[in-house]
Amino acid sequence: MAHSPQMRTLDLGEPGGWSSPDPAGGLLWRFQATKVAVRILLAVVTSLFMLFVVTFIGRSQFSDWQSLTGPLGPLGNTSALWVNTAFLVLASISIQVARMASRKHLRSTVAAATVIAGMMAAAFIVGQAILWGRLAEFGFTVSVNPAISFFYLLTGLHAIHIAGGLIAWMRSMERVWQRQAMPVVNAGLELCAIYWHYLLFVWLVLFALLTSKPETYAAIAALCGLR
Amino acid sequence: MAYAELAETEELHEPKSFITKYIWSQDHKVIAIQYSLTAIFVGLIALVLSGLMRMQIGFPGSLEFMDASTYYQAMTMHGMIMVIYLLTALFLGGFGNYLIPLMVGARDMVFPYVNMLSYWFYLVSVIVLIASFFAPGGPTGAGWTLYPPQAITQGTPGADWGIVLMLVSLAIFIVAATMGGLNYVTTVLQARTHGMTLFRMPLAVWGIFVATILALLAFPALFVSAVMMLFDRLLGTSFFIPAIISLGQPLDHQGGSPILFQHLFWFFGHPEVYIVALPAFGLVSDLISTHARKNIFGYRMMVWAIIAIGVLSFIVWAHHMYVSGMNPYFGFFFATTTLIIAVPTALKVYNWVLTLWRGSIHLTVPMLFALAFILTFLVGGLTGLFLGNVIIDVPLSDTYFVVAHFHMVMGVAPILVVFGSIYHWYPKITGRMLNERLGQVHFWITFLGTYAVYFPMHYLGFLGMPRRYYAYENFEFIPQSAHDLNAFITVAALIVGVSQILFLFNLFWSLKHGRKSGGNPWHANSLEWQTPETPPKHGNWGYKLPVVHRWAYDYSVPGIEQDYLPQTVSEEELIRLRESEGGQKSTDQEMTGNADSEGGE
Repeated sequence: MAHSPQMRTLDLGEPGGWSSPDPAGGLLWRFQATKVAVRILLAVVTSLFMLFVVTFIGRSQFSDWQSLTGPLGPLGNTSALWVNTAFLVLASISIQVARMASRKHLRSTVAAATVIAGMMAAAFIVGQAILWGRLAEFGFTVSVNPAISFFYLLTGLHAIHIAGGLIAWMRSMERVWQRQAMPVVNAGLELCAIYWHYLLFVWLVLFALLTSKPETYAAIAALCGLR
Repeated sequence: MAYAELAETEELHEPKSFITKYIWSQDHKVIAIQYSLTAIFVGLIALVLSGLMRMQIGFPGSLEFMDASTYYQAMTMHGMIMVIYLLTALFLGGFGNYLIPLMVGARDMVFPYVNMLSYWFYLVSVIVLIASFFAPGGPTGAGWTLYPPQAITQGTPGADWGIVLMLVSLAIFIVAATMGGLNYVTTVLQARTHGMTLFRMPLAVWGIFVATILALLAFPALFVSAVMMLFDRLLGTSFFIPAIISLGQPLDHQGGSPILFQHLFWFFGHPEVYIVALPAFGLVSDLISTHARKNIFGYRMMVWAIIAIGVLSFIVWAHHMYVSGMNPYFGFFFATTTLIIAVPTALKVYNWVLTLWRGSIHLTVPMLFALAFILTFLVGGLTGLFLGNVIIDVPLSDTYFVVAHFHMVMGVAPILVVFGSIYHWYPKITGRMLNERLGQVHFWITFLGTYAVYFPMHYLGFLGMPRRYYAYENFEFIPQSAHDLNAFITVAALIVGVSQILFLFNLFWSLKHGRKSGGNPWHANSLEWQTPETPPKHGNWGYKLPVVHRWAYDYSVPGIEQDYLPQTVSEEELIRLRESEGGQKSTDQEMTGNADSEGGE
C-alpha cells in the first residue's frame, strides 16, 4: 500500500520530541489521577464497611445478641468513646486547617496544623487501644458475645484504616519538612484530608451503630427485610 | 495538563538491570506476563486435581491414595484455584495489565509501583494457598464455597490449618486485586491518549474496566466473610457458627448464622461470575470483529449491555441459595432479576452472531476459539435460565446439572476466550506467531473434549446424580448406564487435560521457533497493534503518543481496498488513502465509506 497508516506513530522525526519537562503540570496531573484513585478506594472502603454493617444488623436479630449499651454492658459508659471521637474530629479539623493554609502559602501554620493532625490521629488509635485493653480487663473479650466480637472487629478494622491514613500523613509531613513547593504540599494534604474526613464519617456511623439500642437494630433490620 | 501531553514531555527511565527489568518490574507488560505465568501454573495444579477427582468418579478405587478426605480437598482446591487464582488473576492481572495501557494509548499504568506490589501480593497469596497442601491435615476440603459450620468444624479435612491458610490467602489475594483494580480503573479514566474517548475504547477494555469495578466492590464481601470466619476459627467468636454438637461434644459457639455467611459469600460470588465473564465478553468481541473483518454490531449497545450486566450482577446473588431457606418472596425477586440479566446477555450473543453475519470469516485459531465460545456460552446460559427459576432449581439443585451448567458458562466458555486471546495477542507479546497446526489440534481436542465432558453431565443431573459425592456405588436410583457415562466422561476429561501439553509446548516452542509476526499480523485496528516496536518497548510508544481518530472496528470500510483502518488513521489520511488507491471508486461508495467511518464516535 502506498501509505501505511500505522507508520504515523513512528513519525518521531524532529528532535523537539523531547520538549522540556513541565514539573508543575506533571505533578498536577499525577495528583489529579491520585485523587480519582483515592475516591475509588473510598468506594471500596464504603463497600467493606457497608457489608459489615449489614452483617451486624443481620446478626443482631438472633436471640443470643446482648446489647453493648445496657447498664452492665461494655459500652454502658461511652465517655471514653467520646474522648476518642474528639481526637478524631480534631485530627480532621487540623488537617483541614493545614490544607487551607497551604493554599494561602502560610508555611508555619501548615507545619503546625499537620503535626497536630498526626498527633490527634495517633491519639485516637492509642485511645482505642486503651479502651480495648480496659474492656478485656473487665472480661469483655472478643468471644464473649457477638456484639462485643463485632465491636473489636469493626473498631480494629477502622483503626487499621486510620493507621493507613497516617502513612499518607507521613508523606505529607515529609513534604512539609523538606520545605517543598506549596502547591505540592497542598496537593498531598488534599489527598490526605479527603481520606481522613471520610474515615471520620465512617467512625461516626460505627459509633452510632455500636451504641444504638436493640430496638433501633430491629427497626433497621425490618426495613432491610432481615427480620 | 492532559495525560497525553504530559506523557510526551516526561523522560522515560528504562530499567537496565535484569532484576528491575524482569523481577521487580514496574512495566505493565512484564507484570502481565508474571501474572499470567503464575496463574497458568496454579491452573495446571487445579487441572491435575480435576483429573484425580474424575479418576475416582469414573473408576472408583483406581487411585489408592484417594479417600473421601482427599477427594474433598481436591474438589475444594480445584474450584477455588480455577475461579479465583486462575481466571480472575488471568483476566484482570494478565490481560487487564497487558492490554489496558496499550489499548488506551498510555505509557503504563498510572501507578506502576502499586501495580508491581499487586503482583507480588498475588504471588504471596498463591504461595500461602499452595502451602496449605503441606500443612498438617492438608488443605481444606470444605467445598469451594467454604460454607460454615462444616468448614471449620472437626471432621472436615483441613479444619485445623487448611482453612486458615485458605482464608488468609484469599484476604491477601483481595488486597492484591484491589491494588491492581485501582490501577486499571484509574488508568482507563485518566490516562487515555489524544482522541481516545470512552466510546472509542475497544470492547476488551470496556469488559475489563467494568469487571474491575465489580471486583473492587464485590471482593470486600469475600474479605468480610473471610475475616469473620477467621475470627470464628481462631478467636472462638460466633459470627457464623451456631450452637452445635460436633463429634459428640458441644462446641463453645452459639447463635451464629451460617446463612449470613452464604449471603456474604454469594454477594461476592455472583459478581465474581461476571468478573470472569465480562472480560471474556470484551476480548471475544475484539476477536470476532477482527477475524470476521467486520465492525462489531451494535457497539454502543454492547457497552451498555456490559454496564447493565455489571449493575444487575449485584442483585441476583441469592439465586445460589434457593434451597438454603429464605422467604418465598425473596426467591421470586431473585428469580426475576436473574431472568432480567439474561436480556443484556442475550443482546451480546445476538450482536456477536450479527457481527459474523456476512462477515469475511477467517477461521484462524483465535476465531475458532471465539466461535466455540459463543456456542458454549449459549449452552451454559440457557441452562442458567433453567436454574434461575426456583421451581426448576429445587429438584436440580446439588446435582450434576448444576456442575454442567457452571462449568460450561464460567469454566469452559471463559477458558476458550483465554486460549483464543493468547493465540491472538501472543504475536504482540513475543513478536512470533504460535504454531497454527498445533493450535488447531489443541482447539479441536479442547472444544470437542469439553463437550464430551460436560454435555453428558446434564443427563446425569436429570437422573438425580448428586454432586460433591465421593462415591456413587449402591444408590438404587443411579443406573449402571450412569456409571458407564461417568467412565466415558473421565476418559474425555483426561484426554482434554493431557492435550493442554500441546498448548504449553506451543507456547514455549514458538518463543524461539515461531514464524516472525511483524507488528500487526491480523491487520487489526486497535492501538496495541500500532506500536512502533513489537514486542512494545518500555513506555510503549516512542516519543509521541498515538493520536486516535476513530473507533477500533473500521473493518472492510466500503470504498477502500485495505480492509482495515487503524484507530490512528485521520480523516485526511483516509482521503489520501482513497486517492492513492485510485479514483476509480464510484462516488456513492465513497459517501457510504465516509458515513461508516463516523460510526464509532
